Amino acid sequence: MPQNEYMERHRKLYGRRLDYEERKRKKEARLPKDRARKARKLRGIKAKLFNKERRNEKIQIKKKIQAHEEKKVKKQEEKVEDGALPHYLLDRGIQSSAKVLSNMIKQKRKEKAGKWDVPIPKVRAQSDAEVFKVLKTGKTKRKAWKRMVTKVTFVGENFTRKPPKFERFIRPMGLRMKKAHVTHPELKATFNLPIIGVKKNPSSPMFTSLGVITKGTVIEVNISELGLVTQTGKVVWGKYAQVTNNPENDGVINAVLLV
Amino acid sequence: MLAKKQKMQMETDSEPQATPHTIQARLISDTGEEAGPPIDLPAGITSQQLGLICNALLKNEEATPYLFFVGEDEIKKSLEDTLDLASVDTENVIDIVYQPQAVFKVRPVTRCTSSMPGHAEAVVSLNFSPDGAHLASGSGDTTVRLWDLTTETPHFTCTGHKQWVLCVSWAPDGKRLASGCKAGSIIIWDPETGQQKGRPLSGHKKHINCLAWEPYHRDPECRKLASASGDGDCRIWDVKLGQCLMNIAGHTNAVTAVRWGGAGLIYTSSKDRTVKMWRSADGILCRTFSGHAHWVNNIALSTDYVLRTGPFQPVKDRSKSHLSLSTEELQESALKRYQAVCPDEVESLVSCSDDNTLYLWRNNQNKCVERMTGHQNVVNDVKYSPDVKLIASASFDKSVRLWRAHDGQFIATFRGHVQAVYTLAWSADSRLIVSGSKDSTLKVWSVQSKKLAQELPGHADEVFGVDWAPDGSRVASGGKDKVIKLWAY
Repeated sequence: MPQNEYMERHRKLYGRRLDYEERKRKKEARLPKDRARKARKLRGIKAKLFNKERRNEKIQIKKKIQAHEEKKVKKQEEKVEDGALPHYLLDRGIQSSAKVLSNMIKQKRKEKAGKWDVPIPKVRAQSDAEVFKVLKTGKTKRKAWKRMVTKVTFVGENFTRKPPKFERFIRPMGLRMKKAHVTHPELKATFNLPIIGVKKNPSSPMFTSLGVITKGTVIEVNISELGLVTQTGKVVWGKYAQVTNNPENDGVINAVLLV
Repeated sequence: MLAKKQKMQMETDSEPQATPHTIQARLISDTGEEAGPPIDLPAGITSQQLGLICNALLKNEEATPYLFFVGEDEIKKSLEDTLDLASVDTENVIDIVYQPQAVFKVRPVTRCTSSMPGHAEAVVSLNFSPDGAHLASGSGDTTVRLWDLTTETPHFTCTGHKQWVLCVSWAPDGKRLASGCKAGSIIIWDPETGQQKGRPLSGHKKHINCLAWEPYHRDPECRKLASASGDGDCRIWDVKLGQCLMNIAGHTNAVTAVRWGGAGLIYTSSKDRTVKMWRSADGILCRTFSGHAHWVNNIALSTDYVLRTGPFQPVKDRSKSHLSLSTEELQESALKRYQAVCPDEVESLVSCSDDNTLYLWRNNQNKCVERMTGHQNVVNDVKYSPDVKLIASASFDKSVRLWRAHDGQFIATFRGHVQAVYTLAWSADSRLIVSGSKDSTLKVWSVQSKKLAQELPGHADEVFGVDWAPDGSRVASGGKDKVIKLWAY
């Protein structure tokens, strides 16, 4: 162990050999040949280790060369995307919002005809026997004019029950629902929206007036929180949706917005 | 004489009232010059009568419309309505400030004269030429379109860009059009033929946010163009040689807007929360305006309107056309107009930001003049009125707000849009504002009554760009529904 940096001190005092640079360059130039000679000469485990090391080195060099070559190649041009945005909206992470709703006249005309292009065009008709359960009344339970609705119903806010004597249809509290999970087909997003009313139950107009909600029923939902606007710039708040599940089985109403 | 007679009449009319019926007042311009000696005015004097007196005192040959202010309040009906007579000291002379208005009047646009389809994708940017004769629009279908305004039909389709055309900007002489795209290249077009001029100017690595030409009075040849890009650089180009003269790299985030001031200064705003001022000759940083707490979205210069219209006066002398004048004459008139707005080369600028505020700056001081608060969401656009008396700002909180330009005081809010307001434009007479919104409508607001003047539904989707022609004849708008609509009175 040297007690001091003698070599360095000597170099500082007297400098290097005059041909130091030349000898260094030559030695470096000779290095690959030396290594090749060594690789040929070595045998056994030493050869194995040495060759493994050399192989890895070569792989690294090749990778480096490839990377440099890639830089020279021109990048392929990006495709033009749809949904152009002005520069002030570019970095704001705006999702593509829903198209402004088709015009009001069309919707009104459809409303009059009571026909909509619905996602589920054909639904199984619900018979009266399926929807209503006969309740026997009277002291001796002989009378059978009272019905109980066995499906999910929507009952308006200002509904008050008639006296039991006159109440022909009972809509049980447990099956009343006020909100629906409505999916916007273009946004591919689902919102929990309040129901405004039942527009049409395809099985029977009586079910419509009673507010019975079964699969395929068209309901009106309040979409004001979605912030859609009409062409005149007013916020749309009522919009139709079709029920896609059997609410009486699931306990929730799932629906698709009719755009 | 007429005014005096009326005054006499007014005095006799108002005599039976118990409150002081005459008030000593003096008319002062907004720069502080007195129009004449103090005069006794009846308390019930209306703004129209004040206008007659003011015109007589100033010996105007043609009657000019004026606005009158006592302190902060505008005299809308009569003096006694504005002034609380009981509390005013009648011994003192009251200062009534008069402000001249534009002698011409732009009528509010009320109807859609034509909807011009053509673009295959959303219209992202549009701009009228400074003489109001051409309209250019850039779209997501990678084309720039030029429109014939006399027949309101498409004129040229300019293809060349490879990405969405995010901004279009006219040279102040109206002989060139520059457009910048999302891929970062800028192309110069000839509006007369619709052909590309020279090679695309490439150098920016990200999308172009804004383009600004050198003002006409500094270079009537319009050779230099400044561009702001999302890569944080602002480059200055020589359009004729197709070369980048300078790369101003000082911002650490995307540059959102660039303005070329009339005194040879370039202003840039950036998402790194600062606004910077550079010397255009050598690209040296002169000042950094910091204060915003979030992205700065846009800036407006007090001289924006005069620099944009340059040699083209809004009121045309019918006998003389701009074509017959030499460039020296035009340059001189442009310089004169610039100096009228900013005689001491102190331009003020206002910046709007994501932190819901606006800042008012002067180019000769580091500190802001006023921090303008009130908006409840991102402020996206801000514009000076052409007469540099007012500032309007459009925000995502669905409102447009009006501010006084010289001290940044709040004046009014315009509410009515049901969605974010993206852009706005002033009419040339500074009496009307049109705003374009996400709710697919345009709305015209009256500055005088502070109310909605006109609602313009018609677009089927969001409105991205709106511009009022410098001659005030029409408004153009374009948006996501791919249609360009022209609106007129």
